[in-house]
Amino acid sequence: MGNEAKLVDIDEKNLRFRVAREAFVSGNVLASEYEQIFNKCWLYVGHASEFKKPGDFVTRTIARRNILVTMGTDKKINAFFNTCPHRGATVCRDRSGNSKNFQCFYHGWVFGCDGNLKSQPGKESYGEGFAASGAGNLVPVPKFDSYAGFCFISFNPEVEPLPDYLAGAKEYLDLVSNYSESGMGISSGSQEYAIRANWKLLVENSVDGYHAVSTHASYLDYLKNTNGSLSSTKLEGKSRDLGNGHAVLEYTAPWGRPIASWIPLWGEKGKKEIEQIHARLVERFGEEMADRMAHKNRNLLIFPNLVINDIMAITVRTFYPQSPDYMLVNGWSLAPNEESEWARKFRLSNFLEFLGPGGFATPDDVEALESCQNGFNNYQSVPWSDISKGMGKESPSYDDELQMRAFWSRWNQFISGTPSPQANQRRLTSVA
Amino acid sequence: MNAVAIEKTISRIPQATDFAEFVTRSEVEDLLYHEAELLDTWQLNEWLTLFTEDGCYYVPSTDLPRDASSDNSLFYIADDPVRLHERVVRLMKKTAHSEYPRSHTRHLVSNVRVLDANADEVKVAAAFVTYRIKFGSTDVYVGSTHYRLRRLHGQLRIVEKRCFLDLESLRPHGRVSILL
Repeated sequence: MGNEAKLVDIDEKNLRFRVAREAFVSGNVLASEYEQIFNKCWLYVGHASEFKKPGDFVTRTIARRNILVTMGTDKKINAFFNTCPHRGATVCRDRSGNSKNFQCFYHGWVFGCDGNLKSQPGKESYGEGFAASGAGNLVPVPKFDSYAGFCFISFNPEVEPLPDYLAGAKEYLDLVSNYSESGMGISSGSQEYAIRANWKLLVENSVDGYHAVSTHASYLDYLKNTNGSLSSTKLEGKSRDLGNGHAVLEYTAPWGRPIASWIPLWGEKGKKEIEQIHARLVERFGEEMADRMAHKNRNLLIFPNLVINDIMAITVRTFYPQSPDYMLVNGWSLAPNEESEWARKFRLSNFLEFLGPGGFATPDDVEALESCQNGFNNYQSVPWSDISKGMGKESPSYDDELQMRAFWSRWNQFISGTPSPQANQRRLTSVA
Repeated sequence: MNAVAIEKTISRIPQATDFAEFVTRSEVEDLLYHEAELLDTWQLNEWLTLFTEDGCYYVPSTDLPRDASSDNSLFYIADDPVRLHERVVRLMKKTAHSEYPRSHTRHLVSNVRVLDANADEVKVAAAFVTYRIKFGSTDVYVGSTHYRLRRLHGQLRIVEKRCFLDLESLRPHGRVSILL
């Protein structure tokens, strides 16, 4: 889009960081986001644990494209555009499953789980080299790679290598994958919902430590009410800019963590199990790291739209705008494969008490985001949102807004057409 | 197919009187219609008294099979008695922002069937359509509820309420902040 309007206004001298509300309501901005961000960045497509044996597949919508992700007979994970190269029909119309072949129902072309055309009714009517030329194969996405089990695609053939792109976020993906010795896995059951609000509001909300006490007052009441599920730990910690628009909050909180912060609600049996998990972390990573893994919560944002919140459970969440005021959200639960039945049950229970459309917290986030979006109807008269909190601090707190500034600064580079292609571009200094 | 073959393939149609020894469909309907009224008028504490002390409430995620367990699969809602009680406590507060101001709801219950019954327990299935109306949006939850009921002092009480949504996802709803 043109540069007729300034959408991010940074005044380092006066410690003001403002975002134009037009960025949440404008169709031009949305078009520009697809063009400049979703078409150019690495995007989360799934977790390696969803593909265990050849033929395992899932279909996903990633930035408005139908994507088919499969494990080939060589156990390599592939991602294809889920459209028949012949005349366009959606080739695989199941959400997930196992299949060595995918047949387009329209004219009957059959593809292997490596995407190659296997059979074609009436193939004698095509030129001799048709199949061999690859013209009949499913088209792979330009880029596919994974890091610590998290699989990403990019529609940009020139995108920087994934490890460079992830910059400082790698440390946190490693940390989350290190919980398990046998691998982390996505649990069955996904939470698919929508929010009638701009997608960037969920970016902000997912790494917002400031809103917990007011938006989630009733959740904190619940923790107090349910005798035993509230430990004396305070909400406190830090936020970090991880480079390339990624950011994290790392903090202590009063809720239990299946790895590995015990709460009285879990009883003596639970205490023993949590102690064992913690002891094993100490053996593997040393006391200091084990304590950090066990007792600190982490809300991680990977630019532009992957959230991994390692809080009372671990949620992996991604979301895309359909229109400026409507987004589609997908959320999953991530857990160690070797986790005991007891721990899995408490993990999922913990997940549901806070997270997701039926939890005691997420519905109020949804309400807050929709309420903001409604407020943005006034954008011509009330044009700016403020995310200055903590600017100028040497070490911003978990409830400051550094992490949002990290996102918006990177967003602004892409939208204004001046993204630095290199990883590790200047991080937001703590001292403005 | 001749007439004899057709007769063989038609299974027996369940009848309202099948479990008359233990329960009648109209008694179940009375309970479900009363439940709907309590929910639609936000008498949630009264609604809670329809449950037994060990009463549970589940809403599985929309991509799970019917027999999925919340012990190892991610649901939308899996409330044990403690959390069910807390859900009501929370929903009655002004700080339950998603439901304050309260949404308008209409719980429609239909296709009530007694699936099984004995002296201890009654299994019931019903279709539901629940509307949630708020701030200019009308969201429709549609599905079937499976109940396990128990007789307590002569009255039917809910041991388990499990709502299977027919939706492909919670779109555009974004939440199950009301009780289904």
